[in-house]
Amino acid sequence: MNKMFSGLLGWVDDRMPVVSTWEKHLSKYYAPKNFNVWYIFGVLSMLVLVNQLLTGVWLTMSFDTSAEGAFASVEYIMRDVEYGWIIRYMHSTGASAFFIVVYLHMFRAMLYGSYRKPRELVWLIGMAIYLVLMAEGFMGYVLPWGQMSYWGAQVIVSLFGAIPVVGDALVEWIRGDFLISGITMNRFFALHVIALPLVLVMLVFLHIVALHEVGSNNPDGIDIKKNKDANGIPRDGIPFHPYYTVHDIFGVAVFLFVFCTVIFFFPEMGGYFLEHANFEEANNLKTPEHIAPVWYFTPFYAMLRAVTSPFLGLDAKFWGLVVMGGAIAILFVLPWLDRSAVKSIRYKGWISKVALLIFVISFVVLGYLGAISSTPGRTTAAQIFTLLYFLYFLLMPIYTRLEKTKPVPERVTS
Amino acid sequence: MKKFIIACCFALFPVSVLAAGGAVHLDHIDVDATNKASLQSGAQIFTNYCMGCHSARFSRYERVADDLGIPHDLYMENLVFNDDKIGSLMTIAMTKDHGKQFFGAAPPDLTMVSRVRQPDWLYTYLRTFYRDDSRPFGVNNKTFPNVGMPHALLDLQGVQECAPGPLAGDAKLDTLTGETIAEDPCGSLEVIEPGLMTPEEYDQAMYDLVNFLAYTAEPMAEDRKRIGVYVLLFIALFGIFAYLLNREYWKDIH
Amino acid sequence: MTTDNVNANRRRFLIGATSAVGAAGAVGIAVPFVASWLPSAKAKAAGAPVKYNLSKIEPGAMVTVEWRGKPVFILRRTSEILETVTQSEGFLSDPTSERPQQPAYAKNEYRSIKDEYLIVLGVCTHLGCAPKHRPEPGSVESEGGWVGGFFCPCHGSKFDLAGRVYKGVPAPSNLAVPPHQYLSDTVVLIGEDGESA
Repeated sequence: MNKMFSGLLGWVDDRMPVVSTWEKHLSKYYAPKNFNVWYIFGVLSMLVLVNQLLTGVWLTMSFDTSAEGAFASVEYIMRDVEYGWIIRYMHSTGASAFFIVVYLHMFRAMLYGSYRKPRELVWLIGMAIYLVLMAEGFMGYVLPWGQMSYWGAQVIVSLFGAIPVVGDALVEWIRGDFLISGITMNRFFALHVIALPLVLVMLVFLHIVALHEVGSNNPDGIDIKKNKDANGIPRDGIPFHPYYTVHDIFGVAVFLFVFCTVIFFFPEMGGYFLEHANFEEANNLKTPEHIAPVWYFTPFYAMLRAVTSPFLGLDAKFWGLVVMGGAIAILFVLPWLDRSAVKSIRYKGWISKVALLIFVISFVVLGYLGAISSTPGRTTAAQIFTLLYFLYFLLMPIYTRLEKTKPVPERVTS
Repeated sequence: MKKFIIACCFALFPVSVLAAGGAVHLDHIDVDATNKASLQSGAQIFTNYCMGCHSARFSRYERVADDLGIPHDLYMENLVFNDDKIGSLMTIAMTKDHGKQFFGAAPPDLTMVSRVRQPDWLYTYLRTFYRDDSRPFGVNNKTFPNVGMPHALLDLQGVQECAPGPLAGDAKLDTLTGETIAEDPCGSLEVIEPGLMTPEEYDQAMYDLVNFLAYTAEPMAEDRKRIGVYVLLFIALFGIFAYLLNREYWKDIH
Repeated sequence: MTTDNVNANRRRFLIGATSAVGAAGAVGIAVPFVASWLPSAKAKAAGAPVKYNLSKIEPGAMVTVEWRGKPVFILRRTSEILETVTQSEGFLSDPTSERPQQPAYAKNEYRSIKDEYLIVLGVCTHLGCAPKHRPEPGSVESEGGWVGGFFCPCHGSKFDLAGRVYKGVPAPSNLAVPPHQYLSDTVVLIGEDGESA
């Protein structure tokens, strides 16, 4: 131990707490030993964030931010810049991968009650990350200035016009122009490239600090700190380094295999990761036959379109916005809706299990409905599934309190 | 946990009921970027029949020449008709404004049309022009109704006309005889004035042209797949070591 | 958690092996990022070799052509000019072109493929200004008399009509000869060596 404090490490450590930080967050951070596959998605989120930052910076080196040159500059990157196509595909696949990984990460929290006390703040910061990520993804998609970039921006920005009184002024303020134009794209570029990434990185840092303060949850939802040995180390805990660093390296390898399969063999992913319409340059006088937001927004888009009647003198468009916003807002208060005696789905009653299943089905079906064109039949379906989505949350205080839960074990199970 | 996932899968089956149907029937082709002879033929057709009005302004002559195996001087001699150099982008003289004036809508750039419309649509479109005296250029198109484009390949295909044929989508059948009750007066197309090519030759030429457009849409596609194989092999190798390392350390646990 | 039966050797091997493969992977990932900084096809197209028809140049006259953003002087030398070139040897720093400022085919008395045409980059080898063509004898102050050459106005460097640098001036070397080849007797391609270069 004394040897470590000599030499270069000692010099630095005298001036900056590197060794104690290493121990607190890695070599002596005791994480539950029963993490399963659902626990890889946090690490994968960080990996994808690094990917987006690195490839994003590189794309910025060749991207032309003028409305006249933006679309052509993306093709310049694809064709003329050496290996530019790899960097572009890493970034576009990474954007979709980010949402897949974040949705699965959030789902893990819902499965095991990782949002319950004392981790409510971890969940809230995570929700803030999700919000910022949605804005980041939306603005990034506008930059290539294809038909879907343009018309997607047109539809989403004009949504804000539904807000009473301030709506139209707000839309003009966001656009900076009387229509979606290069002016709008330039400000989205600044936000997408530096402002939101900075916020995102800071939030991720805070997310991890908040987590480490209280320690990680686990699939059984029990508190490993309640059972410590003579040295004060949780009996069911193992040091994050080397056990989870080495475990995560393997998880990362599996993820990279899938990620690279998409990059090199299915970069468009059937038009879901790179939409076909976006290979045509933006034309403000020609609306594409079918405007759909990129896949990770489609569940919320379906909810937006599901609201068809005006109410209290305000259009359906406004209420659609409220419902859509509400669907995201309600996630924030999840920690306080769950009144179960246990944290993990493993020990909750059958009602919670059915409710979660219905929630997942609703989310996926809404996602599908949001991607395709609407018909009266599909709108009714969207209305039903939107209601089911909300009921998962609204009825939760009741069913989590009433249902019979199973007894939780003293020690973690594998 | 497994039960949960299986339950999800079963529950999603009914979703297929909501699937959409009813679009124009498209003939299918398999593009092949390794077929250089086809790409060369396509490049020739594109240059001679399309580039008068349609640019490929994201593509460079040099890249096309190299990828298709055409020596630069041969390419310049046969496929570049202006002062452009081998490294130039494949632009054309017609401006957007002139294009709009002449045709109602400016003929779009075609570099990436194959990624927008997909090869099957392009292949079908190029073969379904037919005589229609009510249209400004005397032709209409079954795949793109009331298109503003004249039939630039008329010389090669000849003139097609509408002929009776089965209705697209749900044809109504007589339950006794099995024959279609209602027919589409333009259910099929017939060449009534032959062009320079037979229908088979024309189909092949259109395959070559669409193959070329699929290439210009993503010229690095073959490189992408080739490099991808090496990348995946490497990651698999790394994964093996990572797995062994993980297993070694986790012997300590439990 | 038991750390008693640890096979330290196997662990060390696996850590080493995984790290080595991982390091190779890191290099692999770096390749596209580093390579993307190389000149793109657009830069290469803009920097492509430039053709010039020499028959347009009057004897004794000089034209300036642009290649890769730099001026290239093409001077059509008469036999009188070629004689003055041999005379000024004594005043030059590097009369035999020892320093590598030219391709092999221009490492000769007149620093050119054809004696008649001098093709050099119009970039002073001191700090990069464009030297002025001063063909008139005596038009520049020079020890032993000025027989004609290039004079750089920035810091006074002098070069003869074969682009060779004078002694006692700030510029350290002869004007650079760019790669070039003759496509015919009258057409030169600047920016590319010929096959037999």
